[in-house]
Amino acid sequence: MSSLQSLDIAKRSATTTPSTQARKHVAEVAKLIDVSSCIGCKACQVACMQWNDLRDDVGDNIGTYDNPRDLTPQSWTVMRFSEVEVEKDKLEWLIRKDGCMHCEDPGCLKSCPAPGAIVKYTNGIVDFISEHCIGCGNCVTGCPFDVPRISKADSKAYKCSLCSDRVGVGLEPACAKACPTGAIRFGTKDDMLDYGAERVVDLKERGYANAGVYDPPGVGGTHVVYVLQHADKPELYHGLPKDPKISPLVSLWKGAAKPLAVAAMIGAAVAGFFHYTRVGPIEDPDDPEADRNVARDDANHPTA
Amino acid sequence: MATRFLQRYSAGDRTNHWLIVLLFFGAALSGLAFFHPSLYFLVNLFGGGTWARILHPFMGLAMALCFVVLFVKLWRHNVMNDLDRAWLQHSGEMLRGDKSRMPPVGRYNAGQKQLFWLMTVCLGVLVLTGFIFWQPWFAESFPIVARRIAVVLHALSATLLVIGVIVHIYAAIWVKGTVRAMTRGTVTEGWARQNHPLWHREMTEGMKQAE
Repeated sequence: MSSLQSLDIAKRSATTTPSTQARKHVAEVAKLIDVSSCIGCKACQVACMQWNDLRDDVGDNIGTYDNPRDLTPQSWTVMRFSEVEVEKDKLEWLIRKDGCMHCEDPGCLKSCPAPGAIVKYTNGIVDFISEHCIGCGNCVTGCPFDVPRISKADSKAYKCSLCSDRVGVGLEPACAKACPTGAIRFGTKDDMLDYGAERVVDLKERGYANAGVYDPPGVGGTHVVYVLQHADKPELYHGLPKDPKISPLVSLWKGAAKPLAVAAMIGAAVAGFFHYTRVGPIEDPDDPEADRNVARDDANHPTA
Repeated sequence: MATRFLQRYSAGDRTNHWLIVLLFFGAALSGLAFFHPSLYFLVNLFGGGTWARILHPFMGLAMALCFVVLFVKLWRHNVMNDLDRAWLQHSGEMLRGDKSRMPPVGRYNAGQKQLFWLMTVCLGVLVLTGFIFWQPWFAESFPIVARRIAVVLHALSATLLVIGVIVHIYAAIWVKGTVRAMTRGTVTEGWARQNHPLWHREMTEGMKQAE
């Protein structure tokens, strides 16, 4: 849900001019997901459905507790259950709440061709403004985490909004409110990182030597951060990317190449115009109105 | 003596070409709208952003199919030969207004041939890469990495095609007497003798025999 007050927007898709910069004394928010405290109860999935009026189709069981199996336009957060052996013969059941990471440098926003369809608010939340979405799927191509999902019903992209409408009126996201263990917390990013650091100290004391906070710098940091028991191996958590960044192909496609290409196209047309007016056309010999045997004023125009 | 006209393109050729032109403008303008935000207003020619997104692939595919018809008819006339290399070497002089050292040219000169092959390659790449990220029909059958590569190649070949078409249009205007080949189907004998003398000879030998 967008704020009707445009001053809240810090970055806007397909917009070459700067967004408003006046309201900058705004605390950046973050949602912290402490995977070590998560019990996989899915209260967060239910709360998200309830707040956002979403109901997904019933799917298939594929042998895990993942339900739904994947993010969809009707499921903006899903629990990912991974059974792993980090140490031999020691089974760990890692349960990660998957959803939009709300990157500081969002790949979806960079890729989107429709002005204003994707925005980042000054508090860091990345939101889809569906009325401007044209359903092209570029956001899927640009996201390093494979999050946005295009609906078959309306060809629009959907993802977690970090409850921007709740946050806009001073409430915490629905998932954070519903979580029974306090694994999902919400507050300013600084507070969340402080809390995350405390959790990491606790985990290390319990024997998780590589515990850490997942706040990937490759996308400028994220406004959804994880506390991971095995922060050195994020891939264990159902393929969480180790060093995510916007693909260089996306940066190439959307970077300096674009204005250069447009300049080249316009330049070609302008060059043609100037060429015609300087050199002149090649005349048709059978055209009676052709420009031939031009008498030149050599005194004033000595070169032909 | 009245000016003699030679037929260069049949009615079928002309219709085929102008269909390609209309579909090119449709696909190119909608594509350019997505390419750069400053050109996004072009979506209004198609009924808005969503309509432009829906129509763009269909127009592009239809254009490519129409091009295939013309390709099959003309590719034999566009094979490069040794005369073409000489033409290319002297083409700079021609652009500066001096055609005296240009070698004689058949139905198509080297510049036209190069443009023909550029269009062929560009359209081939555009169609193949376009399928890979065509929402909603095909994109989800392809992995995201494939879509990223496809989108870069699509944008690159589209840019080259647009620049090629600008050159193509300009050349038709710059060499006077050319546009009527595609609007009326015929060119003057003088035009043919000056710009495509070897083709002129092929055509007029036939006419002499007919007489």
